Amino acid sequence: MNWIADLWRSFIGWLAESTEPVYNWFDGLLAFLPRIPFGDWIESLVDWMKNTEFIANRFNDLRDFIAFISTDIFLSFFQLIPPIIFILILTAVSFWFTRKKRAYGLPVLVFFGLLLIESVNYWNDMLLTLSLVLTATLISIVVGIPLGIWMGKSNRVQQIVTPILDFMQTMPAFVYLLPAVAFFSIGMVPGVVASVIFAMPPTVRLTNLGIRQVPTEMIEASDSFGSTSLQKLFKVQLPMAKTTIMAGVNQTIMLALSMVVIAAMIGTDGLGRQIYFAVSRNDLAMGFEAGICLVILAIILDRLTQAFNLNKMK
Amino acid sequence: MAKLKIENLTKVFGKRPKQALKMLEQKKTKEEILNDTGMTIGVNQASFEVEEGEIFVIMGLSGSGKSTLVRLLNRLIEPTGGNVWIDGENLAQMNDKQLREVRRKKMSMVFQKFGLFPFRTILQNVEYGLEIQGKDKGNRKEQALKSLALVGLKGYEEQYPDQLSGGMQQRVGLARALANDPDILLMDEAFSALDPLIRKDMQDELLDLQEKMKKTIVFITHDLDEALRIGDRIMIMKDGAVVQVGTPEDILTHPADDYVERFVEDVDRSKVFTAQNVMIRPETINLEKDGPRVALQRMRDASISSIFVTRRNRELVGIVHADEVSKAVKENEKNIRTLVKNEVPTVSLDTPINDLFELSSTASIPIAVVDENRRLNGIIIRSKVLAALSGSEVNSHELDS
Ligand SMILES: Nc1ncnc2c1ncn2[C@@H]1O[C@H](COP(=O)(O)OP(=O)(O)OP(=O)(O)O)[C@@H](O)[C@H]1O
Ligand SMILES: [Mg+2]
Repeated sequence: MNWIADLWRSFIGWLAESTEPVYNWFDGLLAFLPRIPFGDWIESLVDWMKNTEFIANRFNDLRDFIAFISTDIFLSFFQLIPPIIFILILTAVSFWFTRKKRAYGLPVLVFFGLLLIESVNYWNDMLLTLSLVLTATLISIVVGIPLGIWMGKSNRVQQIVTPILDFMQTMPAFVYLLPAVAFFSIGMVPGVVASVIFAMPPTVRLTNLGIRQVPTEMIEASDSFGSTSLQKLFKVQLPMAKTTIMAGVNQTIMLALSMVVIAAMIGTDGLGRQIYFAVSRNDLAMGFEAGICLVILAIILDRLTQAFNLNKMK
Repeated sequence: MAKLKIENLTKVFGKRPKQALKMLEQKKTKEEILNDTGMTIGVNQASFEVEEGEIFVIMGLSGSGKSTLVRLLNRLIEPTGGNVWIDGENLAQMNDKQLREVRRKKMSMVFQKFGLFPFRTILQNVEYGLEIQGKDKGNRKEQALKSLALVGLKGYEEQYPDQLSGGMQQRVGLARALANDPDILLMDEAFSALDPLIRKDMQDELLDLQEKMKKTIVFITHDLDEALRIGDRIMIMKDGAVVQVGTPEDILTHPADDYVERFVEDVDRSKVFTAQNVMIRPETINLEKDGPRVALQRMRDASISSIFVTRRNRELVGIVHADEVSKAVKENEKNIRTLVKNEVPTVSLDTPINDLFELSSTASIPIAVVDENRRLNGIIIRSKVLAALSGSEVNSHELDS
């Protein structure tokens, strides 16, 4: 087979050589095009924001606030609970959610999965990751649901926000690390911020979708009885959109989890960091242990939120 | 004063409604405006009045603007021009708060696909209108239960809409609309999603309810049978404009134009049908046997105000009226002969429906159908004639002969 590849390569070489003048002539057409340094512009914008005291202070406030939620509220609280109690509580909760279906897979999974994490000594890393994910999810919900509602109620807002969400999701997550570090230094906080940017769009999108999917007759019924628009929102639109919104939140959690290894590159502690270390040290055993712990956490969070959702719908 | 007075009400769907309004004033048609500007005329300068306590039916082909019109009446759709007066107040001029007040207190709507909230129980659905008015829980429940009982859904309070059949769901829709005791009910093809038998039940039910409640009902349908069955007056729409307003008789006998005629064409089987196709079994008393007491009892049982009197061989003698009979009973009169009125409108078995029609709309008592020996075969009541004209409810087995 090799002779085919060789033949092909020499053909391409010959083609490149013989068409070079043509190529150069066309290339000359764009000679006037200057380099557009928009990367520099963004960088100077970030620098300017960092150096403007007012803005920098606001970022510091935000930083403190996120640190307070992730470290002081979630993490410290989780660390107060002995692992075995934690495991039993979560098992009981998952049992409660699935009690009607009489399917006991989830409680079993929760129990043995968490036990496995404890046995390979990644309990504390798991708590760190859990805190990061929960903080990112919480912020995504608090910002994303109202934004989604606003989008759902206004076509103009939808037109403006949709491309921004597209941008947030398609921009490689690595790129967020740089401004996150610039504004929030290193550690848990920039990890949360990068995760929020990456993970929030599904919550916004699905809230918007959920609000828009409410059948017209229901909206008309609500209006025809003289509801105010807040009554309509809380008594009709949100209850109707609930399942869709929860599906968005579930996706947000999953996306936040997928950010933890990337966040480890800017010093966010937790399972992601263990995986990152394992890769840089070429330590296969450690990589798989930490990786499987992350998978277990992901499955538990996914199934728990889904079970919660189903449980809510009578 | 009319309950609802609609003046020049117009709705244009599109970007430059003012321009379309101008074109409408220049008598351009809906189609011309659509072709020239791309704008759709929903409702075109409609003017009419709805009287208190009547069932006002709006009819028209699909796309003729019925749904748009009914939504203009409670401003679910903002009018492009014109006025809607409710009890002398102009809906078009109201601010949001006043509008909400009118929607809460004066008018409710029933929807084609019911528009029930699937996450609420039946009771909670019916309570919705009261809940958003901030009524307290006990009060709310009491009123909701009353209105559920009214539509015959006692015992279903804790079910969810998807556990009920279509007909029952629409009863819930009706109960929900009745719960805040509005003066006006707007019903947009409320029975169109139901299958024919259930549909008829619901029409009867609505008529029964109306008997008790005397609401002002604006009822949309594209079905002539339904319109004739329940309408006190019927309005026919075409391309957003009002073509004719009138009683069912008017519409059937004097259609305003070809369009209306096409509607009633189907129905014009009046020449084929005769009295025997539409007569019903009469309540009678026997002149030789029955006294005033029996007569009174029969009338009570059948809830009628007069009863025909026959001889033993069913030969028609005349009619007696409830008020006179009850007087006779009080005065302990044993004989009924003196009370019998001999002047009774009669027709023969083969009188065409067309002729029955005029007779029945002027007569205050039922018309007697007699054979060549003056034997009473049946009686004619007005609603039966109308129903027959609309193409339903004929005694078809007699048609075969
Ligand atoms: N939101 C809208 N935007 C644009 N055009 C509309 C809108 N709603 C209705 N129309 C148009 O207005 C006209 C009247 O529609 P409407 O729904 O009132 O008819 P209808 O008589 O209720 O018909 P149907 O019997 O099918 O329910 C139609 O030509 C329709 O296309
Ligand atoms: Mg319609």
